[in-house]
Amino acid sequence: MKAACWYGTEDVRVETVSDPAILNPRDAIVKVTRAAICGSDLHLYGGYIPGMKHGDILGHEFMGEVVEVGKSNGLRVGDRVVVPFAISCGNCYYCQQGLWPACDNSNPNAWIVEKMYGYSAGGLFGYSHLFGGYAGGQAQYVRVPFSDVGPLKVPDSLTDEQALFLSDILPTGYMAAENCNIKNGDVIAVWGCGPVGQFAIKSAFMLGAERVIALDRFPSRLRLAQQQGAQPLNYEEVDALDMLRELTGGRGPDACIDAVGMEAHGTDLVAMYDHAKQTLHLETDRPMALRQAIQACRKGGTVSIPGVYTGFIDKFPIGAAFGKGLTFKMGQTLVHKYMRPLLERIERGEIDPSFVISHRLTLEEAPQAYRMFQQKRDECMKVVLDPWTAPVYNTAVA
Amino acid sequence: METFIRNSGAVNVGPIERMVSVAAGGVLLARGLRHRSTMGAVLAFAGADLLYRGTTGRSYLYQLLGVSSVPRKNERTPLIYRQGIRVDHAITINKPAAELYQFWRQFENLPTFMDHVLAVRITDATHSHWIARGPGGSRIEWDAEITADVPNQMIGWRSLPGSEVATAGSVYFRPAPGGRGTEVKVEMQYLPPGGILTALFAKLFGEEPEQQIREDLRHFKQMMETGEIPTTEGQPVGPSMVESSRGWQVREREAREARTRMPGTEEAA
Repeated sequence: MKAACWYGTEDVRVETVSDPAILNPRDAIVKVTRAAICGSDLHLYGGYIPGMKHGDILGHEFMGEVVEVGKSNGLRVGDRVVVPFAISCGNCYYCQQGLWPACDNSNPNAWIVEKMYGYSAGGLFGYSHLFGGYAGGQAQYVRVPFSDVGPLKVPDSLTDEQALFLSDILPTGYMAAENCNIKNGDVIAVWGCGPVGQFAIKSAFMLGAERVIALDRFPSRLRLAQQQGAQPLNYEEVDALDMLRELTGGRGPDACIDAVGMEAHGTDLVAMYDHAKQTLHLETDRPMALRQAIQACRKGGTVSIPGVYTGFIDKFPIGAAFGKGLTFKMGQTLVHKYMRPLLERIERGEIDPSFVISHRLTLEEAPQAYRMFQQKRDECMKVVLDPWTAPVYNTAVA
Repeated sequence: METFIRNSGAVNVGPIERMVSVAAGGVLLARGLRHRSTMGAVLAFAGADLLYRGTTGRSYLYQLLGVSSVPRKNERTPLIYRQGIRVDHAITINKPAAELYQFWRQFENLPTFMDHVLAVRITDATHSHWIARGPGGSRIEWDAEITADVPNQMIGWRSLPGSEVATAGSVYFRPAPGGRGTEVKVEMQYLPPGGILTALFAKLFGEEPEQQIREDLRHFKQMMETGEIPTTEGQPVGPSMVESSRGWQVREREAREARTRMPGTEEAA
């Protein structure tokens, strides 16, 4: 089969590899009908996440049709499913508490993460050997472990593009908003207007936010945020902290969402300092958005972090966080918890997540897609890959 | 892992050898101290060490080699206290203690989650024969007996004298608070064939006993909780850097580098 494989920093190649096989009784093989490239895949592409090996198959956002099942399995051949990016056994204490991505059992390389984090979370598809080394779904077929737990059957009434983002970014944006514990009159500020930021904005409104302020530096992304009803704020044009204060009557946002994560950008000296430290491997993550969110947040407010962090950061303003008594909510999305209720919202027409898609390409074009997405060329917002059609090359993405 | 290679170890020098050590050590120390030279210092140091060995009955070297000249009083105790490698590890498993105990007590089940154990054969009610992979790909066998057995709570075992490997250990199953399952704790002590030096040597090549026991217990948990041991072995992976689609760049670079290393070629300049 064809698969998008990682070969180093900014080096993704589409290769012919062997088809996946059932390795354990609870496995299933899914024929991938659509896969997406996630903003967090760019951390792998940029070489910021350790534990990648040459030839690793990428991709943790995918859906498709079950073509083979192991001996003990709830799925049937022919089922159309969307698969959560986190692999969860469903039997351990954490799965049973609803903390699915914290699964005790699904990471075969847990001992490596234990050395870094103390305890290891569960395995993820296509996200380095730290998180299990599972082959990802930017491929024609994918093996899904514990397939009786994660995959959700998709009704025929929904298209692939409507259901695909249940695998990660729609639940991620929704949980980011839910973690803000939104009350009547709340103003929510969202850093980063990529797909997760867009879904966070949409979800904040669904959960009753009075207003949402959206921060980014790309006009096209701010425009889309505005279409969702948010007030756009370009941090390259105005002083973000001053503007947030002004827009909230001097109170500050009630909750701040960092939908950026470890590869943030900034305009000040501290941002240059973080870029330099990350380049020299003195700091793994660049926390500009997070620092600003902490600084901007009102007293007693909440900072919700759906953006991915993996290592260490510098100059964390713990004093501001402590002084204002902030609440922090973060972590891998509890996809399993949100998939079904969000599927129902899509069915009811409350949200159509396909509005974030900017490019529809073939799997063969994955290398160009990664480059375009990283460089934010051609107003790239979200790339969806079709693993089964031949590419029709157009010069815009080459 | 604790390797008791310091002098806190048990007596491992026999009585006659201890007397000889004291006598020889005293002579060496006295002679060494008379000569105020490098040689004298060496003699004095060697003498002091022998004296220590004679008076305390403990030899660092013997401990490293895993040998002892103390006659064994009780042949049923294969392990000398605090000699060898000791591993303690605990894990919480989301299953009742009884279920875990029963699975473990059927020793034939152990190879399903113990990576190094190849097979276990039950010989009678308290005895069993074990075959395992040893350091450096060797194969070791031993006979073991159950020394304690409290249903649903604990199992204790030790190897019989004459075994290639001396081992003793116990596993405890204790309910975790608040319905969190069962705390499983393993305490194990063993002296590998060839002594601690062999074990330290094996560690150099990545065979670390504590890591093995941790992973074995993790696999036990995975087996009991999920019915399988998660793996990625056998999944598809892209071809190597050189064989992949852009491998021609790698091959070209390697060829270029090879040419540059060769003196006399144009590119060498």
